[in-house]
Amino acid sequence: MTDPDLIIVGSGPAGMAAASVAARSGARVLILDEQPRPGGQIYRNIGENRDRLGWLGKGYAAGTELVDDLDHPNIHCEFGATVWRSDPGPTVCWSQNGHSQVTSAPYLLLATGAQERPVPFPGWTLPGVMPAGAAQILMKTSTLLPRDAILAGSGPLLYLVAAQMIDAGTPPKALVETQTRSMAIRSARHLPRAAFALPLLLKGLGLLHKIRKHRIPRFTGATAFRAETGNGGTIQFSFDASGKAHHHECGLLLTHQGVVPSTHMTRAAGIAHEWKATQECFHPTSDLWGRTDQPGLHVAGDGAGIAGAEVAAIAGRLAARDILHQLRLISAGTRDQTSASDRGALWRALAIRPFLDTAYAPTEAFQSLTDETIVCRCEEITAGELRAAVAEGATGPRHIKTATRAGMGPCQGRMCDLTVRGILSANKTTEPPAQPRARNPIKPIPLGELAALASEPETKP
Amino acid sequence: MKVVSRFYRLSDAGTRTVTLTVDGTPITAQERDSLAAALLAHSAKASRRTTRLDTPRTAYCMMGVCFDCLVEVDGHANVQACMTQVREGMVVRLQSGLPEMRGRND
Ligand SMILES: Cc1cc2nc3c(=O)[nH]c(=O)nc-3n(C[C@H](O)[C@H](O)[C@H](O)COP(=O)(O)OP(=O)(O)OC[C@H]3O[C@@H](n4cnc5c(N)ncnc54)[C@H](O)[C@@H]3O)c2cc1C
Ligand code: FES
Repeated sequence: MTDPDLIIVGSGPAGMAAASVAARSGARVLILDEQPRPGGQIYRNIGENRDRLGWLGKGYAAGTELVDDLDHPNIHCEFGATVWRSDPGPTVCWSQNGHSQVTSAPYLLLATGAQERPVPFPGWTLPGVMPAGAAQILMKTSTLLPRDAILAGSGPLLYLVAAQMIDAGTPPKALVETQTRSMAIRSARHLPRAAFALPLLLKGLGLLHKIRKHRIPRFTGATAFRAETGNGGTIQFSFDASGKAHHHECGLLLTHQGVVPSTHMTRAAGIAHEWKATQECFHPTSDLWGRTDQPGLHVAGDGAGIAGAEVAAIAGRLAARDILHQLRLISAGTRDQTSASDRGALWRALAIRPFLDTAYAPTEAFQSLTDETIVCRCEEITAGELRAAVAEGATGPRHIKTATRAGMGPCQGRMCDLTVRGILSANKTTEPPAQPRARNPIKPIPLGELAALASEPETKP
Repeated sequence: MKVVSRFYRLSDAGTRTVTLTVDGTPITAQERDSLAAALLAHSAKASRRTTRLDTPRTAYCMMGVCFDCLVEVDGHANVQACMTQVREGMVVRLQSGLPEMRGRND
């Protein structure tokens, strides 16, 4: 497709739902996704699996329809296509099979989703320690099931992965939760509102019931995580809970502490971001339709703010209708009318967030940031080194970068930025952190590929 | 206990396999595996050693975020194994450090 009306980056629920709505009202849509197949994180590989892997649950199978809807003459998808730059225009640079190209369109929807919140503790860099969502990706794409695994941390995804492992016949050896009793009590006051999102609430209760029924050993209020390599490559996992020190041996330690928006693309695109204190992360500022302060740029889905797959699909449709309106393919009246039920559904689905955000807040205790803990995985910079830099006068992430190299490796701060900010603000009053910068290219691109792109005439939209 | 792989492979009839070599040793993978999945299925050991402290790493995030899965593929260094699909005859070398990558994002 050489002249799309709309480029969508990301084919998760947000991007897929947006494409479907936009295409069916006459817009030509180009989808770019760096994964080999559509689905995003929740529906990874659903087009191949369909209802084959029943143990992944109904919530997973629900993605089939969205993927099938991409089969439309107005939708063109490019997979294995990493967008590494976006410029006003809007224009994106993307790389596929070692070759980069430039594409422009009047509208660009960034639906790039979330990443798991990094959870540093001593030993989190060892082979055998992974995020729970990463293990889930292996389950969905390669039918690889965690062997002798312990799940540790907090959040709905931890329970979901536990339930999927149980149904697959490889239950976790233990579920070690950082949620404290007081967090559970504090979250209870949000339950009446969460009742508007009853199906989601019931789904969560169903997961917990399954975990209880299978007598998975559970620990709560756990702190002071530590992993060490044991004999034969095992992981020796220790933590404190109920005033006692616990030690467990496992083959895999799967940690999770919720997800945070992936903001490299939206930040590099110049969109204003805000700090969301209840979720302890940044997200791009947008209105109900996903419009941002940058002309032609909309955002939708978990990349616009963590709210889950259902909200992502709704937000994708809302953004698509607003773009259709701006393309003069539908009137403002049609946009509003056709969005009424989605807006109701959006309100109901969001009603569960205050409960979830309070119940599964990232606890400081979980971040067992002893001085020896590596914070920047790429450059192997420890919390102690970062604290020393702060003591020597570093006041912002850029100072920290220059003083320690933290954030200068290939991941470009994706794995350490939030922790570095936490260390910086540890001794300060609670003013919201300043918007982090992100530079293009947002992913390292081989110099040869850049040179080849520079010598090409620009592909005209 | 000795950990051979940290994962069970659910037997999946009808899935085709491909053969690749890792540091010269042939390993089989499923057609739709990412290279990182193939490596994790094959071995519990490190697929990379770090530049500064020479510590072992394996693929971590599986979604292109952490860059802990970098390996050399068909002569190209620093390829994200989790974002690369396996191919018949692929030649993989495990790498130490970040050849030529340092400084690129400075
Ligand atoms: C590892 C992981 C597992 C999860 N599992 C579940 C689950 O099982 N159930 C659940 O309810 N929620 C899950 N979530 C939460 C998830 O964020 C939402 O449920 C949902 O997937 C969000 O949809 P989305 O469309 O906003 O983004 P996503 O589904 O994340 O889709 C974003 C897409 O954008 C693509 N992309 C990102 N950056 C670029 C780029 N630069 N160039 C090209 N393409 C790009 C990605 O490849 C991805 O396909 C998971 C999150 C993570 C991080
Ligand atoms: S495993 Fe994190 S980038 Fe590949």
